[in-house]
Amino acid sequence: MKLFSKGFSLGMIALLSVSLVAGCGTTPKAGSSDSSTPIKVGGNLELSGSTAMFGQGAKNAIQLAFDQQNAKGGVLNRQLTLVAADNKSDAGESTSAVTKLVSQDKVIAVIGSMTSSVTLAAIPVVTDSKIPMISPSGTNTKLTMDPATNAVRPWIFRACFIDPFQGQVAANFTLTNLKAKTAAVIIDQKSDYSKGLAESFVANFKKGTGTITGTEQYVGGSDKDFRSILTNIKAQNPDMVWLPGYYQEVGLIVKQARELGMTMPFMGGDGWDDPQLYNIAGDAALNNTFYVDHVATDDPALATFVSDYKAKYNNAPNAMAALGYDAANLLIKAIDDAKSTDSEKIRTALENMKGFKGVGGEITIDPKTHNPQKSAVIISNKDGKPVFVTRVAPQ
Amino acid sequence: MGNWFNRKNIVSLLGIVLLYAVVQGLIVQDIMPPFYKLTLIQICIYIILATSLNLINGITGQFSIGHAGFMAIGAYVSAIITAIQHGPLILGLLAGAIVAALAGLLVGLPTLRLKGDYLAIATLGFGEIVRIIFLNTEYVGGAAGFTLPSKITWTWAFGLMALSVILMKNFVGSTHGRACISIRENEIAAESMGVNTTKYKVMAFTMGAFFAGLAGGIYANYFYIIQPMTFNFILSFNILVMVVLGGLGSMTGGIFGAIVMTLASALLAGVPEWRNVITAVLLVLMMIFKPTGIMGTKEFSLNFLGKKSDKNAASKN
Amino acid sequence: MGSGIVTQIFQQIVNGLSLGSIYALIALGYTMVYGIIKLINFAHGDIMMVGAYSGWFAITVLHLPFLPALLFSMVACALLGVLIERIAYKPLRNASRIAALITAIGVSLFLEYGGMLLLTAQVRTYPPVFPGTMYIVGGVYFKYGDIVMLITSFVLMALLHFTVQYTKVGKAMRAVSFDQEAALLMGINTNNIISFTFAIGSALAAAAGVLMGVYFNTIDPLMGIIPGLKAFVAAVLGGIGIIPGAMVGGLMLGLIESIVSGFGASTWRDAVAFLILILVLIVKPSGLFGKNVREKV
Repeated sequence: MKLFSKGFSLGMIALLSVSLVAGCGTTPKAGSSDSSTPIKVGGNLELSGSTAMFGQGAKNAIQLAFDQQNAKGGVLNRQLTLVAADNKSDAGESTSAVTKLVSQDKVIAVIGSMTSSVTLAAIPVVTDSKIPMISPSGTNTKLTMDPATNAVRPWIFRACFIDPFQGQVAANFTLTNLKAKTAAVIIDQKSDYSKGLAESFVANFKKGTGTITGTEQYVGGSDKDFRSILTNIKAQNPDMVWLPGYYQEVGLIVKQARELGMTMPFMGGDGWDDPQLYNIAGDAALNNTFYVDHVATDDPALATFVSDYKAKYNNAPNAMAALGYDAANLLIKAIDDAKSTDSEKIRTALENMKGFKGVGGEITIDPKTHNPQKSAVIISNKDGKPVFVTRVAPQ
Repeated sequence: MGNWFNRKNIVSLLGIVLLYAVVQGLIVQDIMPPFYKLTLIQICIYIILATSLNLINGITGQFSIGHAGFMAIGAYVSAIITAIQHGPLILGLLAGAIVAALAGLLVGLPTLRLKGDYLAIATLGFGEIVRIIFLNTEYVGGAAGFTLPSKITWTWAFGLMALSVILMKNFVGSTHGRACISIRENEIAAESMGVNTTKYKVMAFTMGAFFAGLAGGIYANYFYIIQPMTFNFILSFNILVMVVLGGLGSMTGGIFGAIVMTLASALLAGVPEWRNVITAVLLVLMMIFKPTGIMGTKEFSLNFLGKKSDKNAASKN
Repeated sequence: MGSGIVTQIFQQIVNGLSLGSIYALIALGYTMVYGIIKLINFAHGDIMMVGAYSGWFAITVLHLPFLPALLFSMVACALLGVLIERIAYKPLRNASRIAALITAIGVSLFLEYGGMLLLTAQVRTYPPVFPGTMYIVGGVYFKYGDIVMLITSFVLMALLHFTVQYTKVGKAMRAVSFDQEAALLMGINTNNIISFTFAIGSALAAAAGVLMGVYFNTIDPLMGIIPGLKAFVAAVLGGIGIIPGAMVGGLMLGLIESIVSGFGASTWRDAVAFLILILVLIVKPSGLFGKNVREKV
């Protein structure tokens, strides 16, 4: 046994040294312009962990976009390859993942991540390495604007609207259409997105002389029983409930609220948008609920994407997938506009992007903030189907 | 003082300096790929974590699986000092380690009566409570955490790692360390032989927590961002696996386990779903077939370099 | 229709009891296994998860009604429990506590990550199985499902208690938990008894899983972690190794959580559960119903 353990230990050390040396020797050359080599794009995505659904949906959609483009001959006559790295929905891993993409895999751009905190962790790395990064769905303002200097981050872009806009749209709708004077707020404490969106709604609601009756919090990703917090809110008797969370919890919350006899309207943001919402809450519970979203289902451009996605993956896409698709195509257009895979040229092309038609709406990037000026739509749920209510253009 | 300058120590020192210099040279010459540097610094952090946990679990035989809690405290305290209060790095690291050590004291004292499984669950609970406290504290950004500049370099990471290992190794070899080992072997016998078990158990927890806090500070100041969800039970468990893999009770084993696990994680980074399943299976297999780990309780020592009289006097572990 | 403070309190109590009955069901399995082989089966919460998925499979793919689906999942998990015990825990019966605990954690992770691999992180939903009838008593709402859960937990606990106290097998189980070697000498097949204990414990966890799936509607591969840990706290609170203790502990924990949420601190719920654990361990480790056993030197 002693010999075995000695041999085993030596073997392990040998194996590790070999792999270390082997790794050292095979660092690929930086983005070569040889027309036969594929263009490598990195995906720093949440493929496991608490928000794995977002990353996986986006990864599928990005791959779909690349496949479609490759079928047309690729871009600049070269094929596109997606190199996906899993950040495990964790900020620390995000730094590792994006470092690997940028330095080992030598990607020319990064698409990612889906949630704001995880994206934030990757920003220093791509900024140091001067690689452009597009976040498909990170809505927190800090992603593109550095709060310390109030200047735009030159290498970071996004394909979606930002929380302040979303909250404003929702608050106006609540005051005008729902005619609510009081509201209660339920926040997913684990999410930057949820907190930011709640703040924006509350600020705008109060400006319109609305009153907040109370705020409750839950821990996203693990809580399943919300009856206690709902009982508290029920006692406050608000006119409506603002629920800016993700669909998994939203479905359960709405269902349990109706079971407690709460009939007031519930409203939320783009995190509600997933076909599973109806399975979780049940059609009846979702009547008299609304949410702000990026896309309206009656938009013809979306229909093609949905059927293409379903054909390839056997599942309907969610909002994150649609945004991932747009981010991928946005990058493709930028490479095309720049007529080069040089990172600086792609960056400039992205900064000056105007009138890009994505499934999520038209994207025009504001060079001062790197945020697209996108309109939002308001969807209501009726008898198990999303119904378009109104579109709100950006001011 | 005089007998410090024997052949063994000089060779060890030379080895440490050489290792540092080689890597630093590669970094300065820009030959070292950034991902490798990241992995190497990660290894340093995990070495400190594994050896400090070994101090509690392996050397003193106290079953603690809440190590991530101490790391979290160290990370957050040092981050508050360096990022929010804009203090110097060394102050942040030290403060983080000290506060973590205090937490170790706080955990060690009341749990003295608990044994085995119960102690394990109590420490697990402690780790989770720490995480939830930070989750609910808006001052440190709550669930989203907060960002801070990255000030840790290879020099810092390696230097602190080497210092920590040397300090801990000295502790283990001293009379205090012997007392801890006696507690591990048979607590009641040790008590009746006059060893102050209370004092040493608490000492082990405090020291282990101190270094875990230091590792936490290094982590926070390198990875740009800290969030409560990083310091969960899975992290505690990973550190435990490193210690057990290397051999519970062996400091070198802890180092070895840390290196192997971190490298394996980096190598398997391309297949995340499989990586976790494989780790779990390997762990169970290892427990069934070789629960003492790779090195058991032996240490890698340079005893063969010592003089004959040294060899006889040197302790066989 | 403003609810008074009293209605609110009663509603929270109802919430707490139905939550607590789930913890109780899972805690029963924990307490039994610990009682017999002194192992904290970390994988127990994950067996509950497998139970939830088996039930889902039975209902949506095999189109079985509720009770047969419940039985299906209980049997499936009983087999899983025995399998795990034979493969992973039996070889370590005489090993150190640390090794056994690590193995248990390893099995737990294997079930979780294996589940993620096979089933992806996507939640699955249970089709509605119970009528959605709501009962309103004095402004307090409770569902048909609430009552079912409470009754099921009580029935299963009573069955278990009866089995352990009044049957031959139960006697053998008690003998093995008291002194394994002596039981062996008295002709009891300890291996079989241990396997039987695991089987029952896992079946109970499966029942909890199916009830959770039906009640909360969504299942995912990581759903067993937090309830598993909380059920362990419940078992310790009631007195580990003591069956009525697990039931009482579970209900109490559910109530406490509801009350904490009622005071607006719902994100501290998990921390409170762990705090209770630590307090119990420090003040009275044998739990509410346990007796202090002096350790002989």
